[in-house]
Amino acid sequence: MHLDLAIEGISSADAIAVIERALSTIPGLTHARLNFTTRRLSTEWIKSSFNPSPAILTLENLGYRVAPFTSDDQESEEDRYTRWLLRCLVVSGFAGINVMLLSVSIWAGNVTDITPETRDLFHWLSALIALPAAAFSGQPFFYKALRALRQGDMTMDVPISIGITLALGMSVYETAHHAEHAYFDSALMLIFFLLSGRVLDHAMRKKTRSAAANLAALRIPTASRLDIDGRISEVPSDALITGDKILVAPGSRVPADGVIEFGTSQIESSLVTGETEPKSVTPGDLVFAGTLNQNGALTVRVSASGSRTVLADIENLIDEALTKRSRYVQIADRVARLYAPIVHMAAALTAMAWIAIGATVHDALVIAIAVLIITCPCALALAAPVVQVITAGALFRKNILIRSADMIERMAEIDTIIFDKTGTLTLPEPSLIDASSLTPAELMMAGRLAVSSHHPLARAICEAVRETGSILTPYPEAQEITGSGVSCLIDGVEARLGHPTFCNVPAPIWTDNRSYIGFRYGENSGLIFVGQKLRADAAQIINALKARRYRVLILSGDHDRVVKDVANHLKIAEWHSAMSPKDKRDFLTHLKDKGHHVLMIGDGLNDAPALAAATASLSPATGADVTQAAADAVFTGKTLAPVLDLLLLTQKGRRVMVENFGLALIYNLNAVPLAVFGYVTPLIAAAAMSGSSMIVALNALRARRADGMSS
Amino acid sequence: MTILLYLVPAALGLGLLALAAFMWSLRNGQFEDLDGAAYRILNDDDVRKE
Repeated sequence: MHLDLAIEGISSADAIAVIERALSTIPGLTHARLNFTTRRLSTEWIKSSFNPSPAILTLENLGYRVAPFTSDDQESEEDRYTRWLLRCLVVSGFAGINVMLLSVSIWAGNVTDITPETRDLFHWLSALIALPAAAFSGQPFFYKALRALRQGDMTMDVPISIGITLALGMSVYETAHHAEHAYFDSALMLIFFLLSGRVLDHAMRKKTRSAAANLAALRIPTASRLDIDGRISEVPSDALITGDKILVAPGSRVPADGVIEFGTSQIESSLVTGETEPKSVTPGDLVFAGTLNQNGALTVRVSASGSRTVLADIENLIDEALTKRSRYVQIADRVARLYAPIVHMAAALTAMAWIAIGATVHDALVIAIAVLIITCPCALALAAPVVQVITAGALFRKNILIRSADMIERMAEIDTIIFDKTGTLTLPEPSLIDASSLTPAELMMAGRLAVSSHHPLARAICEAVRETGSILTPYPEAQEITGSGVSCLIDGVEARLGHPTFCNVPAPIWTDNRSYIGFRYGENSGLIFVGQKLRADAAQIINALKARRYRVLILSGDHDRVVKDVANHLKIAEWHSAMSPKDKRDFLTHLKDKGHHVLMIGDGLNDAPALAAATASLSPATGADVTQAAADAVFTGKTLAPVLDLLLLTQKGRRVMVENFGLALIYNLNAVPLAVFGYVTPLIAAAAMSGSSMIVALNALRARRADGMSS
Repeated sequence: MTILLYLVPAALGLGLLALAAFMWSLRNGQFEDLDGAAYRILNDDDVRKE
């Protein structure tokens, strides 16, 4: 029995040994191997004693986060394609080397004393290797070229396929007529260089994709369903149907839209609407999927799912936005549309000119085909993909996972940046804001009590205490009372942390949009305030963005006063509050219509339509699933620095890409006259083609870093 | 030049052998975890203690 686990929290290679050693004692587990590239653990189990819980517990105790993982169809499809590309690459490489071996002998022989019979033999041998190898390894280009032609489109694959086919066809013809020159090696080398670019591209994408899929697997939401016989079962939220009764514990997210049957609580819906102020709910009230239940246990009856839910409305808006987004034409395709007609025209003119000045039709055609071979856009086709690979790799190291390669070009054009507030400018989880009514020793105690709690606000206290450098160990006797808090006897005195009534602390009169937790230790008591806190480097990054002449705005679904505070603090002059998802999208579309290129950064469901409508979009990895799906890139971590890095690296990437096209064109400008006047031999073609491809690939390495990047 | 009759097939045969070896390793998942393999060699867990 096989089980894959996605593992988060691996920071060094020691994890391979640590994890595999720890799992070696788990009963029923026969084999565990960690894939360090994809951060997934593959395990084999004896079918009769399959029980992964102890294994998962062991890993969680080691400090890793673990989730069962099944790769989706799209991912395994892409994996198969990558392996196929690699196979094509290796075949073309093998054949290329062997044909080159024969070609070098011929070139050396042509200037010394090779006999025509030996040369013919070598040419036929080359054909024997090259034809089947090219037919196999050229498939990725042939298929794509056919598809493009059928759609009346022009991509680089078309001139590539024509070049390869003509080179092989002419070589066979020339060989049959005992000619001196054949281009078998050129055709194979062309395929090899182009495929190596694509293989690298797919390998990079595989890495970012599996990282993104792992993040998703760790977040698969489950729900506690109350069955008719009174038992509670844990089911994936997707499996809930209308009429199901679910229990929502304090501190967990509501798994589905529904009506409260029993219980009262405060609901915080920042991930859905952007509002940070919790709302009180009582039986009969509606609650929405994705909102956070703060302090009371709720029994919820799942209501009609489908078209009436908030989620469905948002998805409609996203679809609308996506259909409106004009398809962006990548630089490479724009170049291809110009390039192919020009070189084909040049080749035709060359043939006609040679015939006009008295060359035989055969000689004129050979020269014209040589023009096509030498202009076959090897360096040109590599120019963009190699840069995309390097840029995507650099972004990956800066904690940014990109979804599509063409976003690099779109991102580089940005002039306006729109931030959502909650979870984007602020940290996604609540943080400790004020604990001044507690002594440091009491705060430490509160931290140790908080470790035993499952409530999200308790986590904020743990984080704050850990940041002071202390190590938190839970009190062994600590008891969590769901809905109230944690209590424990410390040195014979009772300590409590939780709801103010539970701790017998009067609730504050003025909360200022913050949540609070009570604390009591014997006679001493106090309140700890918890709320949204700006990311530590937010002001610095916003300043850096403004210094680079970006127009920066805030669009938030939250209340006026809260947004104003944040905007003032970050010195952002343009801000709008209480925006609905549709308002956000319309605002953005309006900006785009005026000719601005807009980057939207947001995490909430309410941001998703705007993300889909933007020129380019970015979402924190803590955002809602739907939101991440609508974004071009996802960033992880607690800082805002990835935003600046993303812009700098994509701009650098685009600049290098344009340089690469320039270099490739310079090569063509030099090579074409040689070919037109009939000076190109297979040796010159081979040297020029590999030379230009190398230069383009080496230049792409410059995209690894950009000035002003975070260190 | 009869030597070519031996050398050319020998060269091609050796090349094909390498190609076959690569295809085998690709199918056996040797290219699934390129980063991990570099570190596994430093792992001494499989060394029996004397």
